[in-house]
Amino acid sequence: MSTTTEAPNTTTAVKPKLKTSAMIASFADPGQKTASAPFGHALVKAAQENDRIVGLTADLGKYTDMHIFAKAFPERFFQMGMAEQLLFGAAAGLAETGLVPFASTYSVFAARRAYDFLCLDAAEPNLNVNIVGGLPGLTTGYGPSHQATEDMAIFRGMPNLTIVDPCDSVDIEQAVPQLAASEGPTYLRLLRGNVPTVLDEYDYTFELGKAKVLRGGNDVVFISSGLMTMRALQAAKALAAHNVDVAVVHTPTIKPFDAETVLKEINTDRLAVTLENHSVVGGLFETVASAVVTAGVGKRVVPVALPDQFLDAGALPTLHDRYGLAVDRIVAKVLAELG
Amino acid sequence: MTVTHDTNTEQAMPTETVQAPAIKSQAAQERIATIAAAAYRIRHHALNMGEVQGQGYVGQALGAADMLATVYGDQLRFRAEDPHWEARDRFLLSTGHYAIGHYAALAEAGIVPVDELETYGSDDSRLPMSGMSTYTPGMEISGGSLGHGLTIAVGMALGLRYQGSDSRVFNFLSDGELDEGSTWEAAMGAHHHQLGNLTAMVDINALQADGKTDTVLRTEPVTEKWESFGWYTQRVDGNDVAALLAAFDNAATQAAAVGRPSVILCDTKVGRGVPLLENREKAHFMRIEEHEWQTCREQLTAGYEGKASA
Repeated sequence: MSTTTEAPNTTTAVKPKLKTSAMIASFADPGQKTASAPFGHALVKAAQENDRIVGLTADLGKYTDMHIFAKAFPERFFQMGMAEQLLFGAAAGLAETGLVPFASTYSVFAARRAYDFLCLDAAEPNLNVNIVGGLPGLTTGYGPSHQATEDMAIFRGMPNLTIVDPCDSVDIEQAVPQLAASEGPTYLRLLRGNVPTVLDEYDYTFELGKAKVLRGGNDVVFISSGLMTMRALQAAKALAAHNVDVAVVHTPTIKPFDAETVLKEINTDRLAVTLENHSVVGGLFETVASAVVTAGVGKRVVPVALPDQFLDAGALPTLHDRYGLAVDRIVAKVLAELG
Repeated sequence: MTVTHDTNTEQAMPTETVQAPAIKSQAAQERIATIAAAAYRIRHHALNMGEVQGQGYVGQALGAADMLATVYGDQLRFRAEDPHWEARDRFLLSTGHYAIGHYAALAEAGIVPVDELETYGSDDSRLPMSGMSTYTPGMEISGGSLGHGLTIAVGMALGLRYQGSDSRVFNFLSDGELDEGSTWEAAMGAHHHQLGNLTAMVDINALQADGKTDTVLRTEPVTEKWESFGWYTQRVDGNDVAALLAAFDNAATQAAAVGRPSVILCDTKVGRGVPLLENREKAHFMRIEEHEWQTCREQLTAGYEGKASA
């Protein structure tokens, strides 16, 4: 092994400013309207009306907006420590006593680390355990340890589990009380911190289990969920400048899937594109594909999704561009498809 | 939530190796005899169930019968006719394969009809080979994937306490289950949240699926582990009813009074009560030949009657 004898680099040349990969980078665009910690505030509101709601976390209260609830209801909040198997086993135990727990951690830990506990202790007895997963899909630049790119693929196989992939603060605010009211376990792909407010500009309300047409269009139909609905709406506006008329169908509930609404929109001669913040394996694209095939519809569907690989670390805008989730990439893909 | 710990109180309570008092009052003797009789019937039921199936975890049921008889006969608050009674104590069987013994205890408690026991493990029976809450009245959780029970027990104990209930939670574990990391996550959580309404009972039969526990994954020193996790720890002969009763009495009073979870470590013998099986090579899944079941029952009864008349 050689040791360097060179002097430290003392050059004064100006270095380019580097893009950073902050853990909780917001995906909101500069100047975009946002709401702060919509999940935490929605849970507090729901808990004011339903005294059976309790909250727990595995040492990630501040990073899943659960700290808002903990501050409002300290006696109804249980810190379980960095122990995800305990988190979800205990959530099932709380539900067994008639309470309605919301248990938060990062999606990677819920899906990969505690699956057996969620499956057997919450889903099999169909308990009202509400999983709140932070950093779903590609919403952190920390690399595969924190990027839950296959969380929906893992969870879709779990019987009884409802899966919700909200777009924005409006979806989250309206979904929380519905998740609490619904029987059985649920999984919420949490967007936390300063979350964009997008759907207030549309004639839209969140209804568990329902897909909604946000805008009509004659040339292309986007079927999207999660934050990709925001990108879909932005891409639709950008494509209008290219004289391409795009419809957007938002499907925040991935399971049970509103195949009826989606099939009606897909079964036309428009170009059909799915958009999701998830691996192309096992998420929205395959959910739609399975509905299309089951219905006997002969229709090509183009996926905008993360590739089936472990993703790079880096800054979120860099990564969203690299893996095709950025608006420009979506526009380019659609134009190429249309020829 | 802020939790404060009184370390002085904790240090003042050392581990106890529980032995029954040498001289017992008549009431105490009757209490012991009642449980011993229930344990005998639980063992008898287990042998009958095993014979119908031609197999089953009979060795474990025989070993754990005294623990099950004590908790169902002396400790648990329940209504046989209303298994979901809100004010009941909860008994959580983590070790789903011990269901054969648990069903026998549920029959002894009047929750499951004795006549139904012969359906154990059969198609469409309410008594599957591995215990499941969705099948059987009185079965609180679905065990089988080991290391789950204590995590659920922590949530139940938190939920009951939050709702002002004085119901207690009992979790039955095996020593093999101590291999699972989640058991220790829950052990930490129970201590952190000062769950004095939680009692764990661990069947230490020193045997697991691939062989003796100390050759599969050494769990000893078990007593020191629980003690260092902050639990009120007692270790008893799990086939000595008098010692079990004394340990449960301690758990109910001393540990609960200072808000500590309690663990009763029970050393048991696989096949206990049937010399033919006690002396057989120990196996997780004990083979018993068709002609041996009657011998087993006769040995069990002879042993029980001999002890009862002594």
